[in-house]
Amino acid sequence: MTKQIIIGISDLNIAAAPDVLVTYALGSCVGICLYDRIVKVAGLAHILLPESQAFKPPINVMKFADTAAVELVSRMEKMGARQTRLVAKIAGGAQMFANQGGGETAQIGWRNVTATKQILATLKIPIVAEDTGLNYGRTIEFYADSGLLRVKSITMGGKEI
Amino acid sequence: MNSRTYENLSDLQIDVLREIGNIGAGNAATALSQMLAERVEMSVPKVTMVDIAEMSGILGGPENQVVGILFTLSGEIEGMMMFILEKQFAHLILKYLMGRDLENFEDLGQLDISALQEIGNIMAGSYVNAIASLTNLKIKLSVPDMAIDMVGAILSVPAIKFGAVGDKVMFIEGEYSGGGENVNSYLLLIPEIDSLDKILSVLGMAND
Repeated sequence: MTKQIIIGISDLNIAAAPDVLVTYALGSCVGICLYDRIVKVAGLAHILLPESQAFKPPINVMKFADTAAVELVSRMEKMGARQTRLVAKIAGGAQMFANQGGGETAQIGWRNVTATKQILATLKIPIVAEDTGLNYGRTIEFYADSGLLRVKSITMGGKEI
Repeated sequence: MNSRTYENLSDLQIDVLREIGNIGAGNAATALSQMLAERVEMSVPKVTMVDIAEMSGILGGPENQVVGILFTLSGEIEGMMMFILEKQFAHLILKYLMGRDLENFEDLGQLDISALQEIGNIMAGSYVNAIASLTNLKIKLSVPDMAIDMVGAILSVPAIKFGAVGDKVMFIEGEYSGGGENVNSYLLLIPEIDSLDKILSVLGMAND
């Protein structure tokens, strides 16, 4: 039976086929989805902030793009996935408000997406699809049996990438 | 970075913040009844410190569609203030203010949006005045910035902004009744940690 695994904010988890990873209402946060189609293992991280360097330990590694991606890969490898086979799909990183409090916060969605792309490039994981930016919230469902990512939003409806 | 976070405020300090919230809510209720109609009444607001991750649960689940009105505080106090209005609250405001029945958020026109922003302005002003008059600190309120979307996505903005200093925010829940309807408004008040220190120390509640 297919199981839905819900991922919260600053959280991540992995699943094997036929299970589905779900995270609700990504705003400026980014959902990082990794997939190994040979062993049908999927991983999803819902990150809040781009980089962990500025923060004193102990940190929650699932909160930051750079540390969450590394953690996700390591957990997926324990499930039989291989880093060299992984592909990525990313979603979120919206700017929810026109000004968003101004300053650095206004750019945070974009910075989360940029940091995500950087760490994936470092890990040599290609991004095969993305639905990022703009100004609306997204709920995502990531299917471990196919690697399909379903993105749902209130204003734009649903799509599959 | 200051080592203090919202997590390690003392009970007494939280009580002081609650009291500021109470006074602000009182001001807001008065302003709102003047703006709408005398029939709109407000119960005593509930002021709590809430984990930002749990908040979308209180607000009908992360995918619940709400109006978020965001303000930036600057001057001697810096931070963020956000109103979350559920559909019923927006409905009530537009009924009294614009004489119009709102079925869906998609039907909102520019005038309706202005009306909601103005209500946000008035309520935010009420809270800011409460803090300013209690502390004698000068606070400047930005123009309102509005989004209508999933509450979880809207809350990601304050969550990110304050993700560095802690995960708890002051959450003020107001219940209004009018025209046979009961509606709630929710306010998040999030001063920067330095500004929070300033407020507490002006009120004689500093840690040291």
